[in-house]
Amino acid sequence: MKKTRVNFPRFGSYDICVEHIIKSGLDCEYVYAPPITKKTLEIGTKNSPDFVCTPFKYNLGGYIEAIEAGANTLIQVGGVCRLGYYGELQERILKDLGYDVKFINLSNGNFKNPITFYEEFKKINPNLHIKKLAQACALAVKMVEVIDKIEDYIRQNVGFEKIEGSFDKLHEEFLEDLRDINDKKELNLLSRLYMKKLKKVEVEKPKNPLKVGFVGEYYTIMDQYSNHYMEKELAKKGIIIYRWMNLTNSILNPNTKEVKQSIKNYAKYDMGATAMYTIKKAIDYAKEGCDGIIHVKSFGCTPEIDTMPVLQRISEDYKIPIIYFSFDSQTSDVGINTRIEAFYDMIMMRKEEKKK
Amino acid sequence: MKKAYLGVDIGSISTKGVIIDSENNILAKEYLWTEGDPIGAVKKLVAVLKKNFNEKKYKIVGVGTTGSARKLIGVILGANVVKNEITAHAIGTLSLYPDVHTIFEIGGQDSKIIIIDNGIVTDYAMNTLCAAGTGSFLSSQSRRLGLEVEEFGPLALKSKNPTNIAARCTVFAESDLVHKAQIGHKKEDIVAGLCKAVVTNYLNNVGKGKKIKPPIVFQGGVSKNVGVIKAFEEETKEKIIVDPNSHLMGALGVAILSQKEKEIEFDFNIEDIVFETKGVECKGCANNCERICIYKDGELIDAWGNKCDKGAIKIKR
Repeated sequence: MKKTRVNFPRFGSYDICVEHIIKSGLDCEYVYAPPITKKTLEIGTKNSPDFVCTPFKYNLGGYIEAIEAGANTLIQVGGVCRLGYYGELQERILKDLGYDVKFINLSNGNFKNPITFYEEFKKINPNLHIKKLAQACALAVKMVEVIDKIEDYIRQNVGFEKIEGSFDKLHEEFLEDLRDINDKKELNLLSRLYMKKLKKVEVEKPKNPLKVGFVGEYYTIMDQYSNHYMEKELAKKGIIIYRWMNLTNSILNPNTKEVKQSIKNYAKYDMGATAMYTIKKAIDYAKEGCDGIIHVKSFGCTPEIDTMPVLQRISEDYKIPIIYFSFDSQTSDVGINTRIEAFYDMIMMRKEEKKK
Repeated sequence: MKKAYLGVDIGSISTKGVIIDSENNILAKEYLWTEGDPIGAVKKLVAVLKKNFNEKKYKIVGVGTTGSARKLIGVILGANVVKNEITAHAIGTLSLYPDVHTIFEIGGQDSKIIIIDNGIVTDYAMNTLCAAGTGSFLSSQSRRLGLEVEEFGPLALKSKNPTNIAARCTVFAESDLVHKAQIGHKKEDIVAGLCKAVVTNYLNNVGKGKKIKPPIVFQGGVSKNVGVIKAFEEETKEKIIVDPNSHLMGALGVAILSQKEKEIEFDFNIEDIVFETKGVECKGCANNCERICIYKDGELIDAWGNKCDKGAIKIKR
């Protein structure tokens, strides 16, 4: 029988956690797609419907690159926007292209009836051991939390490192070591070790640095390639970057009720996907004294388009500049850099004016 | 010797330059076409500015560049400040109209809106995906109607009954225009309708959700078109201010910004220096970043375009 070699789309640093579930929980091999490049997007765009959201194109391109790298089983997740249809459509496209792969579509699962997810996982490995899978998932969740903790710290400090590249280097080493983790104890040790190492990196923060909050659509905000490394570009100018959106906050502890309550002056209904969190966090960042907010989304993302009029109101009410970026497969760096530079100048001059 | 500052704004369509003194008075100015060759255009620009400039009385100690070729030209001129066009336009306009609240800017390929509150930029937007409602659209349509761009505005003013033209997208606008012409609408009405379409398009896209309050200053190449000015006034019900140097605001702004930077030496004689650019594709990974290397008389002086350090090109200093 053919060996099962699984791939999940690249998404931030989280694929290490998926790899852990596949390897330890399901006893299968995991295949990494090569890092996302222009080629990934080219392949994805060529084989996708033109008007589909950009993450779809990245995912599809990544699948094809993963198949070329030896994957024969692909996983897609579900979601409460067009993401819910990704799997079905991607499975069909890949089939039409002639790829013979198994496609596991988790949007077939139903949260009210968890056994349905078990059924999906069983397609990957029919002899799966439920206890083993549960353990692997539990550890993967913890891994997500550690990744998010480490990356939050980096995001808020990388702009002020004395030696350029120190944080990036540690980040890479951390991800490398995370791959070898087998249990919770090892993970805790690793987490503590790297937090210590990160805190040792010399930073030179001015007294009152600029602060910028990021809000927006799930994939584009978390995948650095899709947002043209915007966080890093801004951090390099000496800005503290805040980003609430990560798996820990949005999936593991979403607190939907409280969020809904806290935004009731601006939105009565949940507009789907990340919309409520975008609004909630924009209000928070404004109240917490951020100098500006950046909203990112993939072109045509309906829930996030719905948030934009609300954000404009928040911008007016709290007198905080908000800038909007929409990415698709054609977006060039030049236009983005011009806008980012202007945004930086704007918040800088405002801050200086306030000091007077 | 008095101090002077050079500001250059290199857009996709036109290249603008000014030399100012320490009090922001314009000593020399020039406007010419970029014609897809920013380096050549700047060489020409500098040569013309030199002729109109009193080198015995003034010495240039600051150079600023802005516009889409700002980085390239910044290297070539050895600029001490390279600024994006949004900031440059705001600074330039504020130097002449300190209480300005809204800046409309429509250039050859792009358009932007800048909102200013108490002399500070508080909001801005720029057209993103298409060139609808910009100068290049107007000039291609005037050619279709057999008019010079310069005749366009005055003709529009003659219209008493502007034709309705679909404003959403240039392609629709163009077919709408053709139909209207063929069923007998007068030329001046069509021209006035086009000016209106540009304005509606601008306000609905770039200006969407922005608080447009007077004083409003209108600039960029299209601000020379009286038909568009009138359409803006009708649409906003406000007076639209257009400075005689409205096309030079970006260059002026960046010249002012160069006053605050460390002083530099500047040599007007760049005409005989050979500047070359070469695209080098990085083979480090599948991203194949297109890197640009800049050579001055055969010597590599700068390079960019790589996404990661793997693709960095070392420059001997």
